[in-house]
Amino acid sequence: MKTIKEKHSLVMRWTHWVNFPILTVMIWSGMLIYWANDEYKITIFGHTYVRFFPDWYYNLLHIPARLAEGMAFHFLFMWFFTLNGIFYVAYTIISGAWRELVPQKKSWKEAWLVLLHDLHIRKMAPPQNKYNAAQRIAYTAIIVMGIGSVITGLAIYKPVQFYYLTWLCGGYHFARIIHFALTLGYVFFFVIHVVQVVIAGWNNFRSVISGFEVVNTDAPKKLAKDE
Amino acid sequence: MSNPEEEKKPKAEVAVQKQINRRNFISFGTFAVLGVAAFGGWKSLYNSAIETTGITGGAHKPLRRALNKSELFFRNFFSNNHLVKTYPKSMAAKKVRQNTNIGSDSKLDADNWRLQVKKLSGEVLAITLDEIKSLPKTDLVFDFKCVEGWDQIQHWGGVRFVDFVEHFGLEPETKLNYVGMETPDKGYYVGLDMDSAMHPQTILAYEVNDMPLPVGHGAPLRLIIPVKYGIKNLKRIGSINFSNHRPHDYWAEQGYDYYSGL
Repeated sequence: MKTIKEKHSLVMRWTHWVNFPILTVMIWSGMLIYWANDEYKITIFGHTYVRFFPDWYYNLLHIPARLAEGMAFHFLFMWFFTLNGIFYVAYTIISGAWRELVPQKKSWKEAWLVLLHDLHIRKMAPPQNKYNAAQRIAYTAIIVMGIGSVITGLAIYKPVQFYYLTWLCGGYHFARIIHFALTLGYVFFFVIHVVQVVIAGWNNFRSVISGFEVVNTDAPKKLAKDE
Repeated sequence: MSNPEEEKKPKAEVAVQKQINRRNFISFGTFAVLGVAAFGGWKSLYNSAIETTGITGGAHKPLRRALNKSELFFRNFFSNNHLVKTYPKSMAAKKVRQNTNIGSDSKLDADNWRLQVKKLSGEVLAITLDEIKSLPKTDLVFDFKCVEGWDQIQHWGGVRFVDFVEHFGLEPETKLNYVGMETPDKGYYVGLDMDSAMHPQTILAYEVNDMPLPVGHGAPLRLIIPVKYGIKNLKRIGSINFSNHRPHDYWAEQGYDYYSGL
């Protein structure tokens, strides 16, 4: 028989879906800003492999020559990004949800087993509660990254008033590089995240909107009878 | 024989299914409505009217309001004790980057150049470069930051704005909220909040790398204000005025933040 199993709280669902468009706007407006001084590239032994970003990419997204507009959007949505993040972190702490989220000692080893399982190399996945070990690491890392974006952002935004943050981030240049790299990290996270959600299927996806999963309780009963 | 368990089961199952459907309907419905509302909100922000150009211009109206609100918030963190990091002279760039020459592209009449300071009394001081050079000189080697995102360690020399104010008896003027500076041809102009102008590292510079300013770097006198982006560091200052209202500002008219503080 089908039963409803509560999974995600309203706060978790709210902050998750609010964050998605905000982060999208932040990344887009960040690119409008970055265009004005696009100096980052990946060069190994004198050969440039990746230049951020190629001209066709800039033109496709209508990025060139919109620095002032990019800054204006960025410095409005930074508030929403930060407040939404604070709301989520405060909620996980107060509700105790952090216990399901923060990696445990065994998570590091288990995450490897989860990866092997996901890649169909290993048959059995380690037992888990709400989140498996790899999820614990990923969902905690993404919060740490978010905090990193806010701190490096402030370090670039007010490097004189918040000089200690700029110092903490290894200086103005390095803070800007981390700020940029974290953004690449979000894109990487997003791709993996979406693939995983697609593989996990409808029941899992629905739980992030409606909050519950449908569990079929017949299966364990039958097992009991067979015994 | 009827089994009471089996008769009960479908009923319970139907009830659960009903509840699942109901909750799905509510949650997905809410999700869709909020999603459409968010998209609509974004659209209206993205297409919101551009402000009419006055002291500021070129920005979407709601975004300009946000810039001004953010300014108020971050001004709480401003302090004269927060100094820009300084470097040894040896680290200063030999080839100092030059981005634009707006307002200083006409020929400089160095002999007739005077710094005009409009006092509250209506009196206008006409100060020569030699007078300014006779004041105590301050050297500053710091990381100059452009709004575009680049920065460069540069070495500037000149008189601190606070020293300048003291020498010329401009204390009453500094009780006002803003300082405005303009090039002689009025082609470039900046507005500065008084706190930033009176910051101990704000200087009226006449030297770069121990040499008199070349024309491209704002000869004969330029503003170096490390608590602002480069856009506020006016080259070839022609006049200085004081006001309780924001003086006009070249880049604030082009959609940039009026404050542009670091």
